[in-house]
Amino acid sequence: MGAGANGGKSIGGVVLGLEGISLAFGGVRALQNVSFDVREHEIRAIIGPNGAGKSSMLNVINGVYHPQEGTVTFNGVKRRDVNTHEAAAQGIARTFQNIALFKGMSVLDNIMTGRNLRMKSGLLAQAIRIGPAEREELQHREAVEQIIDFLEIQAYRRTPVGRLPYGLQKRVDLARALAMEPKLLLLDEPMAGMNVEEKQDMCRFILDVNDQFGTTIVLIEHDMGVVMDISDRVIVLDYGKKIGDGTPDEVRGNQAVIDAYLGVSH
Amino acid sequence: MLYRENGQFKTTYRQDQQMLPILQDRIFMALLLLFVFGAGPFIFSDYLFLSILIPFLILALAAIGLNLLVGYCGQISLGHGAFMSVGAYAAYNLALRMPQLNFLVVLILAGLIAALVGLLFGIPSLRIRGLYLAVATLAAQFFMDWTFARVKWFTNYAPSGSVSTATIDIFGWTVDTPVRKYLFLLAVVTVFALVAKNLVRGHMGRAWMAMRDMDVAAEVIGIRPVYAKLTAFGVSSFYVGVAGALWGFVYLGSWEPLAFDINLSLNLLFMIIIGGMGSILGSFFGAFFIVALPILLNQAPEWLGIHMSTAMVSNLEAMIFGSLIIFFLIVEPQGLARLWAIGKEKLRLWPFPH
Ligand SMILES: Nc1ncnc2c1ncn2[C@@H]1O[C@H](COP(=O)(O)OP(=O)(O)O)[C@@H](O)[C@H]1O
Ligand SMILES: [Mg+2]
Repeated sequence: MGAGANGGKSIGGVVLGLEGISLAFGGVRALQNVSFDVREHEIRAIIGPNGAGKSSMLNVINGVYHPQEGTVTFNGVKRRDVNTHEAAAQGIARTFQNIALFKGMSVLDNIMTGRNLRMKSGLLAQAIRIGPAEREELQHREAVEQIIDFLEIQAYRRTPVGRLPYGLQKRVDLARALAMEPKLLLLDEPMAGMNVEEKQDMCRFILDVNDQFGTTIVLIEHDMGVVMDISDRVIVLDYGKKIGDGTPDEVRGNQAVIDAYLGVSH
Repeated sequence: MLYRENGQFKTTYRQDQQMLPILQDRIFMALLLLFVFGAGPFIFSDYLFLSILIPFLILALAAIGLNLLVGYCGQISLGHGAFMSVGAYAAYNLALRMPQLNFLVVLILAGLIAALVGLLFGIPSLRIRGLYLAVATLAAQFFMDWTFARVKWFTNYAPSGSVSTATIDIFGWTVDTPVRKYLFLLAVVTVFALVAKNLVRGHMGRAWMAMRDMDVAAEVIGIRPVYAKLTAFGVSSFYVGVAGALWGFVYLGSWEPLAFDINLSLNLLFMIIIGGMGSILGSFFGAFFIVALPILLNQAPEWLGIHMSTAMVSNLEAMIFGSLIIFFLIVEPQGLARLWAIGKEKLRLWPFPH
């Protein structure tokens, strides 16, 4: 029913294309000749057992890892090695499998860092603050407040992120990524470790982001129910190789996938 | 019941983003400023000015500078005593060779020169961190010590290597008496503390803190490590350079080579550890503590009628510092500033326990 959940939406052209990506860490071949594409406005899931190379794939997309072979095409521009912050500047945001929030900062400040790329006031302007720097700060604060409302975390603005329960930290991680107003959002197991209710909330947020902001999403998730529900197309990785690619229904019927993954974990 | 934020509703983000969002804090700060600027000059003694307040203010400024780098950006430096000496010798040479320059200009230029040197020695931070960075900045310390002791031009070929400064003159106002020195420093430090507070509340400060807390995630959201780390080194060294110039001109008046040695670097680190990493207020606490504790230890036995040798006193001082540093590193890395915040929190709830 995958496409059904997002019934009327229109999927656009290819925004992200990966061609023959291979990545190895010493002897460990994390990715082997993996190719797939992501279309505009789509929710693209990556599934596979632990160690299959899912996180590594995201790390290749946003420049944390540089593949030994293959090319990445983003927004029609072919590239192989970019720095992480360059990928960010091109409009790629992500959340982390193991929460990577800024522990010493409040929820608000964490989310505000997502605006840093857009904030231009110089050293002197910030030193004086009154005037342009403060105006800029307020303008971005308003954008951030919309995200805070959207994710329903108003009550925690001033709380140091370290003191939040796990589920909320995951939400702040998402908020920080959303603050970048990304074209492409990479979510690495956004629902891992959550209870059913938290998972439902997170699903709703992901669908809303996709729907309201038109953000293209690549999602890693273990919960097959969730994946089948919200994604438009699914890639299945196993030992660094792509063994399946298609709509949730197609993937569910794929024998290789059933053997490698679905059969085992469920 | 006096310290409450109930009923103080913020109706704009601007109000919410004020430096001191709670009304009582603003009143307290206003009264404090009124007191130190208005009443202090009349009621404090020369002894208090010369042996506590003047060194305290300058060291607080240096501690703020170091805190921007270590506490906010998470980069360690053992070379900040050296960057102070760069500020001091830069100011000395500027004042000597361009006597027509206003001292405020000298001060800013000295800070900028120190910032440049700090930037240079900050470059290794792009590659290394932690202990290795500490050693690299320690090299800055020894290199500067050596330079100012050996390259005679910097000390204007004084045979002893010691230099002395002329009286400071700011638009005809000479900074010569203890009370004037105090007022001048108070004004400078107030402005610099305010600027530091502004910086850490802006996007640059957030980039520093992001770098400190999780550098991979910082880069993933688009913060360039080069930019974050080098601005932190630059701004930090600027502050410390200005503090060094003030230390030379206002506090010491004349100084020998090695007046800015590794001990000073370590003392600055102790200040921010005890006062509070990542806190402007904590920098003041730490500086005050370091300046006041030895004096207190010297006086206390006398007040209590106990005789103690000076050797004993200095041993005691080292022991107390040592234990405090270990205490704060282990128990309360956010130092006195954190204790202050906890105290305020208690006050907010008082007289109800919860
Ligand atoms: N930085 C790294 N250094 C060495 N090996 C790595 C690194 N990152 C991932 N790997 C290895 O690559 C393989 C794929 O890991 P990963 O992408 O995290 O899998 P998944 O996210 O699917 O669980 C694993 O064998 C893992 O040990
Ligand atoms: Mg993973």
